[in-house]
Amino acid sequence: MLADAADPAQKAWFAADKVPLLVALAVVVAAVLGSIALARTGRPIRIRRLAGLDAVEEAVGRATEMGRPILFVPGIQDMDNIMTVAGVTILGHVAKVAAEYDAEIEVPTSRSIVMTAARDTVQAAYLAAGRPDSYNPDRIYYVTDDQFAYVAATSGMMARKKPAACFYFGCFFAESLILAENGNAVGAIQVAGTAETAQLPFFVAACDYTLIGEEFFAASAYLSGEPDQVGTLLGQDVVKAIVWFVGLAAAALGTVAALQGPDGALQPFVSAMRAAMGGGA
Amino acid sequence: MSRSIAVLVAGVAAVVMVLSKFIVPMESAETTVAEWFNAAAAIAFVLGGASLLKMNLLTISARGPGWGYAAVTLVAFLATLGVGLFKVGVPPSAAFPDHRMGGTPDAEGGALWWIYEYLMSPITGTLFAMLAFYVASAAFRAFRAKNAAAIFLLVTAFVVLLGRTYAGVFVTSWIPDDVPWVSWLRLENLSAVIMSVFTTAGTRAMIIGIAIGVAATGIKIMIGLDRSYLGAGAGGGNG
Repeated sequence: MLADAADPAQKAWFAADKVPLLVALAVVVAAVLGSIALARTGRPIRIRRLAGLDAVEEAVGRATEMGRPILFVPGIQDMDNIMTVAGVTILGHVAKVAAEYDAEIEVPTSRSIVMTAARDTVQAAYLAAGRPDSYNPDRIYYVTDDQFAYVAATSGMMARKKPAACFYFGCFFAESLILAENGNAVGAIQVAGTAETAQLPFFVAACDYTLIGEEFFAASAYLSGEPDQVGTLLGQDVVKAIVWFVGLAAAALGTVAALQGPDGALQPFVSAMRAAMGGGA
Repeated sequence: MSRSIAVLVAGVAAVVMVLSKFIVPMESAETTVAEWFNAAAAIAFVLGGASLLKMNLLTISARGPGWGYAAVTLVAFLATLGVGLFKVGVPPSAAFPDHRMGGTPDAEGGALWWIYEYLMSPITGTLFAMLAFYVASAAFRAFRAKNAAAIFLLVTAFVVLLGRTYAGVFVTSWIPDDVPWVSWLRLENLSAVIMSVFTTAGTRAMIIGIAIGVAATGIKIMIGLDRSYLGAGAGGGNG
């Protein structure tokens, strides 16, 4: 509609069919930035406890007591995947707790850039824990880009070194269950987190704790506790409430329109809404 | 300083990626940024190769657990690298029939192709097939009827599994399929309803949450609020 109203020259540079996406993006940005501003005023924001992240200390403590290493798997995708970024963020927390307990942490990676990013993160964590001398870059190493070769090498390492705690945070595919079942077989306490909905049931079945979907992305804010970061969680909830309301309204309108029949007064509105959502007229 | 540059690069790249979705002349920028990333990844691969060599050589020299596997890995890595670099057995390309190095490294008939076709593929297939056993063992634990929720899960899984087999169709075939208020009780229909209504609703709720989480994380990275992926502020104070 906007494209029709616009000057033909404007059509050439602006994708008018993406206006609904732009509006949705604007709503998300406004909600997140507004919530950050609200958090900066000092207004307290309550965060629900995430058992998976609270269990990190317990798992690392157990590994220390047993004298066994900790395994951290940051998924099998590269740093251009937001799940890997979230995984590396959690690695920083796990590495800091491991440094405090003087436990050995092992991070096999399936991408070279993830290896370098993980090394930086772990080094910073050891520095933050006041144990820079304990940092060993050789414990964060590259294995292979190939999915199943990576899972074979990591599973073999698990069978030989028997880690007491296994963390799986990142993007996973078919290898998720192989890793989690091998971790289970060696008796490790396991914590996982991913946004791959197809892999979540496997992690839930095989791991002790699982961060499901959005919880995984909330980890950074949860762990930092900084008002700015916590504010983004509030923003996410605001957007979720908007989505909930729009979804409910759309379902109600769609139902009424269906009851009215194809010639009903609401039909054009419902068709326009469906088209805006990408579902076709 | 290096972290500030990294944050700046990440922020600019993110803004370019967003703009490329809406500004038509910038559509190709998304591909360009992805190509830059691939170039950086290719450079980093040298670091990865060096790490692989170092780790396996250390394991072999220390005669650590599984040092034999490390030796096999090293031999396989170097052999595949050599075969690929020197294009062993690669047939000449149609454009350069007189030049042995004219063909692509993975051309059919070459040693690299042979390694992939007759070593990598079967081994990968074998590992993938093992998933069936892992699924069985995980399901065995997950479906233990230890509380009401687990019993509910067990019954639902049983209905879905049975509804997707001929046995399930046979067991409830006596229920008329043309009477709307009872036909849903047929196991194949019940299974379809569970998958298309309950499972889809739950999955969509998760996907919406994930999409919002991804957008919020993207904004945090774009404005430099979250630098933890660079090692800054590792651990935080809450945990």
